[in-house]
Amino acid sequence: MHYAYHFNVVWDHWRDLAEGAWLTIQLSALAMTIGLAVATVCAYAKAAGPSPLRRAVATYVEVIRNTPFLVQIFIIYFSLPTLGISVGANEAALAAMVINFGAYGTEILRAGIESIGQGQIDAAKALGLSRLQTFRYVVLFPALKTVFPALASQFILLMLASSVVSAISAVELTALTNSLVSTTFRPFEFYFVATGLYLVMALGFRAVLGGVYWMVFMRRQRI
Amino acid sequence: MNRTFGLSEFLFVVAAVRWTLLLSLVAFLGGGVLGLVIAILRTTSSRFLRLLTNGYIQLFQGTPVLMQLFVFYYGLAVLFDVQVDAWPAVALAFTLYSGAFLGEIWRGSIQAIPRTQWEASACLSLGYFQQLRFVILPQAMRISIPPTVGFLVQLIKNTSIAAIIGFVEVTRAGQLIVNVTFQPMVVYPLVAALYFAVCWPLSLLARNLERRIDADLGIKWHL
Repeated sequence: MHYAYHFNVVWDHWRDLAEGAWLTIQLSALAMTIGLAVATVCAYAKAAGPSPLRRAVATYVEVIRNTPFLVQIFIIYFSLPTLGISVGANEAALAAMVINFGAYGTEILRAGIESIGQGQIDAAKALGLSRLQTFRYVVLFPALKTVFPALASQFILLMLASSVVSAISAVELTALTNSLVSTTFRPFEFYFVATGLYLVMALGFRAVLGGVYWMVFMRRQRI
Repeated sequence: MNRTFGLSEFLFVVAAVRWTLLLSLVAFLGGGVLGLVIAILRTTSSRFLRLLTNGYIQLFQGTPVLMQLFVFYYGLAVLFDVQVDAWPAVALAFTLYSGAFLGEIWRGSIQAIPRTQWEASACLSLGYFQQLRFVILPQAMRISIPPTVGFLVQLIKNTSIAAIIGFVEVTRAGQLIVNVTFQPMVVYPLVAALYFAVCWPLSLLARNLERRIDADLGIKWHL
């Protein structure tokens, strides 16, 4: 109990921490955007694709959801180069996050798609809409509305999980904190403050995504 | 001359599964006790206790597991003036982490029990703890089993993050073997397969239980 806290050292490096937080936000937002596109394609394939494709998507989802994110990162960053597929740490981190979010997103979207009544789809068919048109206009939008809260929490989980990519020294908040720790020898103070930054980001994202939900789904409903 | 990946390396990685399972078990049991207390406090009439437990849940669900590990690892060192072994820090961090998630899952299960059950048991002059023990918790437990098993999968996968601070479980064992054999293409897929072998049956079990309970409750199963 004789530890002298030196939080002033952390304050001296606030610019680095802010930059790290910004990098984490960028990385997570980019991974979510691409991951959501992957999830939409996979969910469509799973709902309406031919059966081999459906099985392939199901395998992808099950494998990703039942293995740790850290091991997925290691496979992309360390294992794939032995097959000649070599990527930098940041690209590997982004790829791992996209693949991970894609699998969870597929499963979430599937639940939303299955909540659309058969009557809606029959009605779309009766109006002469093609399969893709039906998916886009009749199924996807209401499905997204139903599962938006689940997607939002999955996104926050992704943002928090992104701290793990520091293990391959991809640049984000945790990796920057690690390097500050190794130059200042103040691990407790820096990790404590970085944890606080993550908490602020998680709460901030929750508020922002709640706002997005209102803008996109609720406001439209009122008109 | 490198070591090649042979039987003894294979056995080293497979044997490390026991540390992954032991850590998961400790965190799950400790977190289970903590989670039960939190779930009950979250549903009491005391505003203060509800706020306090909600803050705890927000804190652990809104920060990365890796950061929690760092803070506990270095925080215990600060408290005791010596660098402790990774075990206590990792076990404590994962227990508190599980407590937050299980507390939130079980709170939902308790609140899903209709108010009339509380009122009916109050009419039978059961005290608060008798109501919980004999009427509410047995019913809440039933609906909480599938998400609890689902969380166990998440916990087992997340224990891999302990590898980053040097706790030797299956992911760390894989890293150690990669460091001497330079065969990441063999080792990391093996590690992933081991997690899959543990997690996939649990995922299937959770899904089946969910389907069965929903059928019993007369809810159309669509998840």
